[in-house]
Amino acid sequence: MNPELINIFNSIVANATPLVIASIGETITERAGVVNLSLDGSLILSAMVGFVAAFVSGSAIIGIIAAMIVGGLIALIIAIGGIELRQDQVAIGFVLTLLTADLATFLGQNYTRIPGPQILRSPIPILADIPVAGPIFFNQTALVYLSYALIFGLWYWLFRTRPGLALRAIGERPETAFARGANVNRLRYLYTIIGGALVGLAGAAYSLSVKPGWATPPSMAGDGWIALAIVIFGGWHPFRVVLGAYLFAGLRALSTAIQRTPEIEISVVLLNGIPWVLMIITLLLVSSGAIERLLTVLPRPLQKWTRNFLRSDPPAALGTRFKQK
Amino acid sequence: MGLVMNIELKHIHKRFGAVHANNDINLTFATGRIVGILGENGAGKSTLMKILSGFQSMDSGEIWLDGKPVSYNGPQAAIAHGIGMLQQDPLDVGAFTVLENFIYGQPGNLSPKRKVAQQQLEKLSQRFGFELDPDMPVSQLSIGQRQQLEIVRLLALGVRTLILDEPTTGISTEQKTLLFDALRELAAKDSMTVLLVSHKLEDVIALCHEVAVLRAGRIVGSMDMPATTTELVTLMFGQELAAQPRQPINANSDDAVLALHKVQLRNKRMKIDNISLRVRAGEIIGLAGLDGSGQEMLLRACVGLEKCSRGQIDIAGRDMTGKSYREFLQTGVAFGAAGRLEEGLVAGLTLTEHIALVTSHQSFIDWNSARQHTEDQIKHYNVRGRPESRIETLSGGNQQRVLMALMPQEPVLMALEQPTRGLDVDSARWIWQQLIERRKGGTAIIFSSPDLDELVTYSDRIIVFCGGWVQEVADMENLTLDELGRMIGGEGVIQ
Ligand SMILES: Nc1ncnc2c1ncn2[C@@H]1O[C@H](COP(=O)(O)OP(=O)(O)OP(=O)(O)O)[C@@H](O)[C@H]1O
Ligand SMILES: [Mg+2]
Repeated sequence: MNPELINIFNSIVANATPLVIASIGETITERAGVVNLSLDGSLILSAMVGFVAAFVSGSAIIGIIAAMIVGGLIALIIAIGGIELRQDQVAIGFVLTLLTADLATFLGQNYTRIPGPQILRSPIPILADIPVAGPIFFNQTALVYLSYALIFGLWYWLFRTRPGLALRAIGERPETAFARGANVNRLRYLYTIIGGALVGLAGAAYSLSVKPGWATPPSMAGDGWIALAIVIFGGWHPFRVVLGAYLFAGLRALSTAIQRTPEIEISVVLLNGIPWVLMIITLLLVSSGAIERLLTVLPRPLQKWTRNFLRSDPPAALGTRFKQK
Repeated sequence: MGLVMNIELKHIHKRFGAVHANNDINLTFATGRIVGILGENGAGKSTLMKILSGFQSMDSGEIWLDGKPVSYNGPQAAIAHGIGMLQQDPLDVGAFTVLENFIYGQPGNLSPKRKVAQQQLEKLSQRFGFELDPDMPVSQLSIGQRQQLEIVRLLALGVRTLILDEPTTGISTEQKTLLFDALRELAAKDSMTVLLVSHKLEDVIALCHEVAVLRAGRIVGSMDMPATTTELVTLMFGQELAAQPRQPINANSDDAVLALHKVQLRNKRMKIDNISLRVRAGEIIGLAGLDGSGQEMLLRACVGLEKCSRGQIDIAGRDMTGKSYREFLQTGVAFGAAGRLEEGLVAGLTLTEHIALVTSHQSFIDWNSARQHTEDQIKHYNVRGRPESRIETLSGGNQQRVLMALMPQEPVLMALEQPTRGLDVDSARWIWQQLIERRKGGTAIIFSSPDLDELVTYSDRIIVFCGGWVQEVADMENLTLDELGRMIGGEGVIQ
């Protein structure tokens, strides 16, 4: 394959990684029945904190840990408000989005546009030598490899383990989960915080790797909303979510490339709109009867897998409260 | 197997605010017995069963198993002690497959062995003739199949006592036969104890070895079977209930309140063609058929909740084809859905709020008069509840009474889905008295019911739905239950 093309794909994978991590985090949270709507602000604040912590300590690892703590703490506020104080999760999330974004601008004002530590590429021996796929997927940073592990790990957890059944059940029908011995609200806390910590990690992935440094206005502003949309597009299924994130990053790369080509004249607004239009079309397709018809012609073993993969219903108890007796 | 288990309940008390739902209950259940738990609506049956199965805590009292007192905090712990309960609406997860649902809740290490679990599921299903596809999403199963799944799941967890709360509402006749055979076998061969809460006395008579009767939170009697319906009714209500005389309709005009002309109805699963029907003022029309044979679709079409794909619907002489539910309501029709809490009533709202919703037409509600009105309605309809009670805390029978209170006073036509679902014999009669009162005023009633007895007792005419066909019973005078049962099953259908 053309080395230039390989380079493009390599950077798409790299650029998509924060989106992948953030939307995997949100998938975990929402599977447990909680909505963390604060993603956009969470990403910005944790990116800022991650960068500053890394800059001050001189260690990217410490930056990552700090960012994850910030993401986890924001999620904790959502969990306390939504579960303990029985407030509306969407309202809390929305307020937190605005609050954390402003907080980041305010607290980070002395650290803008300075160089700091970065996470560097570390190609995986042997794997990186596989033709085509090697240089695309395995000549990346450790964070990218971690995102691969998260994708497969979450799939395995959700669909192949007992605690995964409990995780899905608390988001689908908490009464049933309770009857089968789950401590619904404690699990919801746990998964909300884990999800939030991953969003924090995604923030650090921006400021320590993809768009190194800190600036105002923050360069990742808006990506939190995109991650939220990707979770819906992905039908709360890790593989589809990842597909959505890569697709989005790919379209973005394409639109940047087209803008740089003077021969093609398309309005920027139009280009930026394409991913959203595609997303809506896909959602319509998936939720229409077309899929069920497609399923009937597939061989049986494939049917089950496909249905699972294409499922587009949100967790039935998403955003609801559960009163434990 | 011979795993014995004796259950003793001692001095069990449970209050909900002012309601003493269980008042000093003492009961013993012996191993290998099928025991019927009877009682009027709101008597406290479900509460007691939920306490025994860990779904609800008790205020005071003790549960003894095999001579030892036990205490547990939750259903999972009760199952570990060998007691499992099948809720009326089976507690499962719709998004799971049958197999996942079977596995979820079983103890074991991180990653369950799906093959082993599948074999266990198939073996248990085979034993009782249940047909459960392990890969099918639970949301696509019928209530009867979800029950079967829950039973094999509980058996796999090793329960020795099985509690069933009104298991026969909403399942087909074949599923009921399968269920009863399974319960008999479990009691006889595995010495399991089975506790059955039911309002259907014929089911109790067919299945149980003994019965215990609750009234207003207390045990008021028990009896070894066999017993007749009359004996059971006397035990439950303290008196025999007089048979209700049937009154002929006094249709003084021949005008149709409701007329269907060659209506075609269709949904994803079926199509029914050519339904023609004229209903006169004061007539009661019963719709018979297995669950989901189209009765509900027709009822909904009569009030504009379902669109006819062909044909014409007239209400009181006006062509209403294609009109909205709202427009139908304005012509004076009323609709009562079978899923009370899903469609008819709003969980979370109080009785006063419900009444205010239907009576108040201004944007601002006069809460004082609404409350007053609610108190009147509570008295008139004999509802066990207070104006500020939230609807979901009422027992099933009382919810149904509220639903009646919400109906307009003199509708032209009432379309009712299973108007007495889940009601005790006395409440069911009471509901019918109310309905018959209204028919005297000229209201026509069209209703569906899975209860053949109810259909034959109250209908002037019966329409049978079967496999996409509808047919009116020709000879109402000499119709027997058996005959009607056979017609529902598809015999004697003219095609
Ligand atoms: N969670 C609750 N909160 C408040 N009151 C309740 C609650 N559950 C039950 N009750 C009340 O306790 C009484 C007994 O209810 P229960 O459900 O045990 O009756 P039941 O015998 O099962 O009646 P039915 O035949 O209608 O199902 C009723 O008066 C009911 O209103
Ligand atoms: Mg009950």
